Amino acid sequence: MIAELPSAQVLRENKVVLAHVYTATAAIVIGALFGVLQGFSRASAITLPAWFDYYRMLTMHGVLMALVFTTFFITGLALFVVYRSLPRPRSTTVGWAGWWVMLIGTAMAAVTILSGNATVLYTFYAPLKANPFFYIGATLLVLGTWIVAFEIFENVVWYRRMHHAAVIPLPVFCVTTTFLMWMVATFGVVAEMAFLIPWSLNWTAGINVTMTRLLFWYFGHPLVYFWIMGAYVIWYNIVPVWYRGNVFSDGLTRLTFVMLLLLSTPVGIHHEFTEPGIASTWKMLHTVTTYGVAIPSFLTAFAIFASFEMSAIAAGKRGFLATVRSLPWNDPAFSGAAYGMLLFILGGFGGLINASYSMDTLVHNTIWIVGHFHVTVGGPVALTFLGCAYWLIPRLTGRALWNPALALWQTRLWFIGMLVMSLSMHYAGLLGAPRRTAEVSYVGAAAANIWQPSMLLAAAGGFILFISVLAFALVALGTLISDERTEPMQADLACPADTSEPTPAFLVPIFRWAAFALALALLAYAGPVSDLIHHPSYLAPGMRTW
Amino acid sequence: MHIHRYERWWMMFGIAMLIVFLAIIGVEAIVDNMNPPSGLRAIDPTRVAQTPPFDHPGLRNLSPGRYEAYYIAQVFSFNPSSITLPVGSTVTFYVTSPDVVHGFYIARTDVNMMAVPGWVNSDTHTFTRGGTYLLICHEYCGAGHQNMFAKIEVR
Ligand code: HEM
Ligand SMILES: [Cu+2]
Ligand SMILES: [Cu+2]
Repeated sequence: MIAELPSAQVLRENKVVLAHVYTATAAIVIGALFGVLQGFSRASAITLPAWFDYYRMLTMHGVLMALVFTTFFITGLALFVVYRSLPRPRSTTVGWAGWWVMLIGTAMAAVTILSGNATVLYTFYAPLKANPFFYIGATLLVLGTWIVAFEIFENVVWYRRMHHAAVIPLPVFCVTTTFLMWMVATFGVVAEMAFLIPWSLNWTAGINVTMTRLLFWYFGHPLVYFWIMGAYVIWYNIVPVWYRGNVFSDGLTRLTFVMLLLLSTPVGIHHEFTEPGIASTWKMLHTVTTYGVAIPSFLTAFAIFASFEMSAIAAGKRGFLATVRSLPWNDPAFSGAAYGMLLFILGGFGGLINASYSMDTLVHNTIWIVGHFHVTVGGPVALTFLGCAYWLIPRLTGRALWNPALALWQTRLWFIGMLVMSLSMHYAGLLGAPRRTAEVSYVGAAAANIWQPSMLLAAAGGFILFISVLAFALVALGTLISDERTEPMQADLACPADTSEPTPAFLVPIFRWAAFALALALLAYAGPVSDLIHHPSYLAPGMRTW
Repeated sequence: MHIHRYERWWMMFGIAMLIVFLAIIGVEAIVDNMNPPSGLRAIDPTRVAQTPPFDHPGLRNLSPGRYEAYYIAQVFSFNPSSITLPVGSTVTFYVTSPDVVHGFYIARTDVNMMAVPGWVNSDTHTFTRGGTYLLICHEYCGAGHQNMFAKIEVR
């Protein structure tokens, strides 16, 4: 799309994107340091000091990884896609404003956690009561993303007006639906904060615990789909560039993203299958919708392999092995995304098990679950983002990637480390080991001894991951300070294979689809929320048990 | 919008699988009553120790082989901290919390529920094998969370 040399404006836009991406980078590097220590602590190999106890560290790990790393990377990616796909004279003020608000929020939350005043884990379940700064910081982080979302929507509206066309370019469509989904989802957490903040300031005496948990998971599940959609934006629109391929189908890609927009939110109760105060009817309803949200992932699996095969056929190669061999496995960017996709196969199987209503009682809150989300967000999403960073950073800075061989090994090590850690966690979970626990020996109980070998293996996997993250930090920093220039900073995104086919009309009005998604989400929660309002429920006072 | 033949087959296969899974879950739930614990009885969390039957937590024998067990999950212990049962017993566990959220999980069984202040949760299980079972709090509840467990002897 853009062939000319970067103008002053493109350079300015690149700076905003870089700020977002490097903040994400810092978060994952620090988060991984905590992660490896957690692994050792859980294996009873080390005891963490009282001034930096396990749960403080785990709160930091969860917040940095689940909320900070992912969110900053996705806002950066979204701005990048919008800036590059919709070139126009524009100011970068809004992009910067979003970054600043997110950063200030993150800093507030981080300082509160590090000082030991918010050891409530990243789910901050009431009646554990953190210092108000934590809740306010987390809210600012979310509000900052709303500023970025506003920038995206404003550009879409501008494009439609300027071009007298309702159909927006595919990458922008993907990013916009992702952020529309995010708006629907974050409504839940902001509503929860409206209860938590006054309560933490002692303006209200008690809190409806079940309501806050319901609101948290109204947000918590689509949060994971926000990460997945971020990865899908890359898998559909950027990864094909790395093997000179195309987007398999414009229409089906849009359909996938619209389905994700619709179905990501009305499913959150699958995190609360074992919860009192929520009738089994609602749990069953959310099981059905949860299975529905698997469908766009089926579409995605097909589209990715089909796109691989099309590019192999175009190069005169046929057959499964020839297709696999035709892919650029030595490109660190591709290697990251591809190993991420492989891990996602594991994640998909696990997800179907966890979503199974009654079967979930075998694994709920065991370390199996931690194994599961490390082969979904920790593998597919994180590895795709790291791979994408190897492609993105040179295009934003104009500097060649420092030490691509190290970058390549980083992705391979991550894949191996994640497999070792996550499979051990899955297995230990089946043996009964709980999650979120500083060490799991239960004073040498025989029932606990059986899972200790798996905990050691998980710690070893965590160590491999830590080496991998150090390699990533070296490459990311090395690229910033090296002065080897690359070619002009071109960053074309992938195009659909068949550009002659018009976009189906029903997939065009995305803002209307978003309104529909919000209605669907509210409908899915109307039952349980009305039960809670009509049931004699007790308000719980806040507590600090750490 | 053109949809390739293979893709149509793939989608039909995927959706059919989901329907089969949902059907199995639905039949299990309705016919075998395999529902996850969803206790709907409310209790004042500030008055748990005064509210029967939680004023006397512990095991009750209802009839030969049938038991009820009332547990209070609190920072950082379970009350009772140990119970003993004969092999083959069917037990309904009731749990509530007077403080923060706790977990109630008997390792290597499907007794797995959340203890949320304000609610009584419950789940039934038949112990067909003897041994010492670990009852674990599997939701973070504070600094001593890793010490929060109890024992169930099945002889
Ligand atoms: C660098 C390698 C990593 C290591 C060694 C690691 C290790 C761990 C361990 C041992 C736990 C859990 C402990 C427990 O439940 O007691 C954990 C939890 C978690 N990790 Fe990681 N992790 C890594 C990377 C990531 C990444 C990349 C993400 C997401 C982007 C992530 C997200 C999480 C989340 C959300 C939790 C749950 C926190 C909670 O239960 O409150 N981790 N990690
Ligand atoms: Cu979920
Ligand atoms: Cu606990």
